[in-house]
Amino acid sequence: MREILERRACITGIGQSEVGRRLGRDPLALTLDACLAAIEDAGLTRDRIDGLATYPGAFSGAAGFSGAGITEVHDALRLRLDWYSGGVEAPGQLGSVVNACAAVACGLATHVLCFRSVWEATAQGQGGRAGFGVGGAGGGAGFRASGSLEYALPFRSYSAANWIAMTAQRHFHEYGTTREQMAWIALNARRNAAKNPKAVYREPMTLDDYLGARMISTPFCLYDCDVPVDGATAVIVSHRDAAQGLRRPPLGVEAVGTALRGRPSWDNFDDLTTMALRDAAAMLWERTDLRPRDVDVAELYDGFSFITMAWLEALGFCGKGESGPFVAGGQRIALDGEIPLNTHGGQLSAGRLHGYGFLHEAAVQLWGEGGARQVAGSPRVAVAAAGGGPIGGCMLLTRA
Amino acid sequence: MSEKPFRVLPRVTDLNRHFWTGGAQGRLQFLRCRPCGSYVHPPAPVCPACLSRDVSPSAVSGRARVATFTLNHQPWVPSPDHPYAIAIVEIEEQPGLRLMTNVVNCPAEAVRIGMPVRVLFEPYDDVWIPLFEPADA
Repeated sequence: MREILERRACITGIGQSEVGRRLGRDPLALTLDACLAAIEDAGLTRDRIDGLATYPGAFSGAAGFSGAGITEVHDALRLRLDWYSGGVEAPGQLGSVVNACAAVACGLATHVLCFRSVWEATAQGQGGRAGFGVGGAGGGAGFRASGSLEYALPFRSYSAANWIAMTAQRHFHEYGTTREQMAWIALNARRNAAKNPKAVYREPMTLDDYLGARMISTPFCLYDCDVPVDGATAVIVSHRDAAQGLRRPPLGVEAVGTALRGRPSWDNFDDLTTMALRDAAAMLWERTDLRPRDVDVAELYDGFSFITMAWLEALGFCGKGESGPFVAGGQRIALDGEIPLNTHGGQLSAGRLHGYGFLHEAAVQLWGEGGARQVAGSPRVAVAAAGGGPIGGCMLLTRA
Repeated sequence: MSEKPFRVLPRVTDLNRHFWTGGAQGRLQFLRCRPCGSYVHPPAPVCPACLSRDVSPSAVSGRARVATFTLNHQPWVPSPDHPYAIAIVEIEEQPGLRLMTNVVNCPAEAVRIGMPVRVLFEPYDDVWIPLFEPADA
């Protein structure tokens, strides 16, 4: 039997900065708040951190998309690193955490500080959500599209909202999925956010509110799109042999999913009803004997509501094409349902912490610290998944 | 269309020039592999089917079907024509040969998955943007 090497890694601490709309704070300060909180949470000190990982690292392609890169955090904390890695070409935002797991499994590092930092709310200011190539997101006079945007921007297709909307539309067409069903991703998120003091949108939302919201890109309305915030999240990945005697019981990394077996493309993926996440999810189950029915809580990326539905299908919580009926009514995905989903409110209501928020919440739930939103029955297995379109990655965590 | 909307234009290179300028002659062109006949999109110097380097521009009929679409309402760029239709169309010559584009010359609300469309070109500076209109327009 082959060894599943990521099981040499575990999560030993988590941290998060203040989270909010237009905090106006220095993004490196937010990042360091999260990093220092995670180090302390693990019961470590900074001199024991010998690895550093982040997504996307230093990045200028979109306003506020990256609050700090490896270099700034490394230097600000005067870390003594044996290994570090930052970059945007990864299996989703959690690809950076998977890199950290691989690094500790290989013995390149013992305690890796992983972080994701955004300040999109402040950076985008009062002007609303920016699209790629326009509105301060890499555009400007004379700007010409190239790379992955070359075959999107010339068609006035400026945002992942447009691209994921087309995936959702194809799903609606093939499987009869409806907006009334998809609404429950947003309604469930808001219901849970009401119990999360750090969530940015906590007022109750009804189905009528959802259906009455302005359209962004059909079939997505405003409430299908996550909300840009300022905030940073950090987690500590430790080698299991170094995790004993720390402050918390370590959370095991049972399996990760990083595959992308189809084309890395928004418009030329082989199945227009799903995305790269299909392959990441398949790989995760190839690396464990646990099954979807063993999962107690699911924290699944909701940059757009439909992405969560695609993750539900890909991870096998429902059948292919069945996510609409599965989420409709919101009972199955409620805190007391068969698979509690996005228990903190997701990015739709708690704020777009961009992937790491889901991993953070999975750890909160497994450590039983969810407060009013804590899933009952002392959950032992959680899945965290991040990414949509041509990126996706996921992790299955367990508490001993 | 009477008034052309603002578009971010592509950076033209030796590899993609056939695609972005073929419209000058009314031609929608993709790279095509001579040995195996596969169309290659986005353009790449090696055929992804057989790995031959013998790929060169080849015109297609311009007929396609709407594989999926969205009506964009969000004013990423101010314009009087919201909502407008963004679509992924599948080119008739090869299953899976798809292109993001706009469907024009019909009400956005009339766009449907499976709808037959044909290419037309909108010139901007040094490029011709391939758009699609209903085949029966």
